[in-house]
Amino acid sequence: MLEKTGIPIDDDLKKVIPDKKRLAKGPVVIIECFQKIPCDPCAISCKFGAIKPFKDINDLPQVDFNKCTGCGICISACPGLAIFVIDKNYSEKESLVKLPYEMLPLPEKGKEVYALDRAGKIVSKAKVVRVQKIKNKTNIISISVPKNMAMKVRSIKVEDKNQ
Amino acid sequence: MRIKEHPILEFNPGKKVKFTLDEIEMEGYEGEPIASALVAAGVKVLSRSIKYHRPRGFFCAIGKCSSCLMKVNGIPNVRTCVTKLEEGMKIETQKGKGDFN
Amino acid sequence: MRETDIAIIGGGPAGLSAAIYAASLGAKITLIDDGLELGGQLIKQTHKFFGSEAQFAGIRGIEIAKKLIQEIERCKNIELITNATVTGYYEDEVITIIQGADGNIMKKLKAQRIIVATGASENMLPFINNDLPGVYGAGAVQTLMNLYGVVPGNNVLMVGAGNIGLIVSYQLLQAGIKVEAIVEALPKIGGYLVHASKIRRLGVPIYTSHSLKEVYGTDWVEKAVISKVNKNFEFIPETEKELEVDTICLAVGLSPLSDLLWQAGCQMKYIVELGGYVALRDDHMKSSLDNIYIAGDVAGIEEASSAMLEGKIAGLNAAVSLGYRVDNFLELNINLRKELKELRANPLSEKVKIGLEKALIKREVD
Ligand SMILES: Cc1cc2nc3c(=O)[nH]c(=O)nc-3n(C[C@H](O)[C@H](O)[C@H](O)COP(=O)(O)OP(=O)(O)OC[C@H]3O[C@@H](n4cnc5c(N)ncnc54)[C@H](O)[C@@H]3O)c2cc1C
Ligand code: SF4
Ligand code: SF4
Ligand code: FES
Repeated sequence: MLEKTGIPIDDDLKKVIPDKKRLAKGPVVIIECFQKIPCDPCAISCKFGAIKPFKDINDLPQVDFNKCTGCGICISACPGLAIFVIDKNYSEKESLVKLPYEMLPLPEKGKEVYALDRAGKIVSKAKVVRVQKIKNKTNIISISVPKNMAMKVRSIKVEDKNQ
Repeated sequence: MRIKEHPILEFNPGKKVKFTLDEIEMEGYEGEPIASALVAAGVKVLSRSIKYHRPRGFFCAIGKCSSCLMKVNGIPNVRTCVTKLEEGMKIETQKGKGDFN
Repeated sequence: MRETDIAIIGGGPAGLSAAIYAASLGAKITLIDDGLELGGQLIKQTHKFFGSEAQFAGIRGIEIAKKLIQEIERCKNIELITNATVTGYYEDEVITIIQGADGNIMKKLKAQRIIVATGASENMLPFINNDLPGVYGAGAVQTLMNLYGVVPGNNVLMVGAGNIGLIVSYQLLQAGIKVEAIVEALPKIGGYLVHASKIRRLGVPIYTSHSLKEVYGTDWVEKAVISKVNKNFEFIPETEKELEVDTICLAVGLSPLSDLLWQAGCQMKYIVELGGYVALRDDHMKSSLDNIYIAGDVAGIEEASSAMLEGKIAGLNAAVSLGYRVDNFLELNINLRKELKELRANPLSEKVKIGLEKALIKREVD
């Protein structure tokens, strides 16, 4: 299906989502990269050795979730914009999703934005918790969403005041 | 239309210059391709085809397809996608093969 | 007449890399490019590139171009002739160069070796009214948008879900332009799935097994009709859908720009996996003629990363063939070839590898 629509399905995702125990422990990376392509910046960017070094440039990224601190550095290194960090228990009712964002306007901290799923459909509202401007211009946006949305939300839509 | 702001790029256009298209005055930036200034001004039809006079716009924008040929300062068949805009240029929609008149 | 050791035709990643490499061995280089700016396709690529660190992975195409151009400018033995088109090749190793807005300056250049790195041109697609203004090549849309900051249209239909179609769709969104849909005649997305996913999650539908049937409009595109296609790419009746778009962006493949190689009389072959007619070459990127080398998309449609490596190989070997020396020549060749091989060791490169095999002239030994 992914190959027909560009949308990963549960069978794909279960390979890259850490188990419940690890999710409960705090922020952790989820790398939605399912196809062998010649690319390795994720592995090189991780300073904690959580993404195993590639033997072959075409390898799929392999994560040691226990080494991952959820720092998010790899998010902006990935040219495929395929890396997210999820903090399942960010608050009692909410999870935190850190995602790469290369669009304008940038959301503002504290404001509400729409949360989109992998098909670009609005699935809930989200609150902008942090906006990290990164030098390579792949900025990192942290949003809080209802807990049941943590594995669904992968993008945001910001209302453009100018339009 | 021009892009107002861009998440990755910064545009540093040259100086604003005036030119004419079929004697109508227009504005563009010095040094950009003529075709780009025209598209920015909302002009899509650059020439008319030889036999059926069908409208032609640009296609490749790298000087390889001849879809953007126009008359520039009296010279026909100028590839406007790879010719830089200059102050006061006189540009005309080309009809068919073009001529020097 | 002007004379040079090596003339390099084309200033994209292949030509620039060839120039830097050959110049570092001491050869006198003349690089000719017909763009308004140097860098070929790279200067329109606002996305971060794939590949390994050594090939600038994670760096945006525009930044790679800047790096290469800076290096070129540091080399004293590289002469640049820009905004100039090489129009002909003559038997006495002379090429003609036309320069200037109205093409009124002609230069002749005699070169002992020529590296052709002219890249590729975009393919057209047959559909009703495909000549209307508003039907643009994806590269053209990129040029307008990313080089000159001009909005090519308001509502775009992208045709083709290979990497170029996917990437240019993303770039359109970044420029604030609406992409109605992407259609792809094949049953599968051809480009990298990570690119597909990142556009999908911004709400752009990708219709595989669909193609563009027809566009309408008086003086430019006002509407497009897409339709499902079967395995043989025939339209399936009653599956048409109308889209309100003013721009059609064609990303249906590239063809090597090989005219000069034909003129020179290189042995040519139609190799579908490489995008069309290409010159046969040995593993030094030398064509069937001793003085002509090739590199980059003109040798087979691929990537900037492979274009740069092929450029280095061509530059190295062309310079050495003229007697310029480098200590570890054999080793350098082997390493560059190894890098290329690693780059192509993924399922998406299978096709290219089959094509390259067909294009190879086997040499005796090094
Ligand atoms: C949208 C898009 C996205 C891409 N993304 C990636 C990516 O992520 N990673 C990657 O590795 N690659 C990518 N590529 C591919 C990459 O850009 C090309 O493979 C690469 O640019 C080929 O390099 P080249 O030097 O062979 O040709 P080009 O870059 O096309 O350069 C050829 C140059 O030669 C000039 N020229 C042609 N004919 C003449 C003549 N007769 N006289 C003088 N000059 C001439 C041209 O004007 C041009 O400047 C992408 C391409 C596109 C279009
Ligand atoms: S989030 Fe940080 S620790 Fe985890 S994989 Fe990415 S870079 Fe490594
Ligand atoms: S950097 Fe991104 S696209 Fe490249 S291999 Fe890693 S996760 Fe996949
Ligand atoms: S648009 Fe193709 S030559 Fe100008």
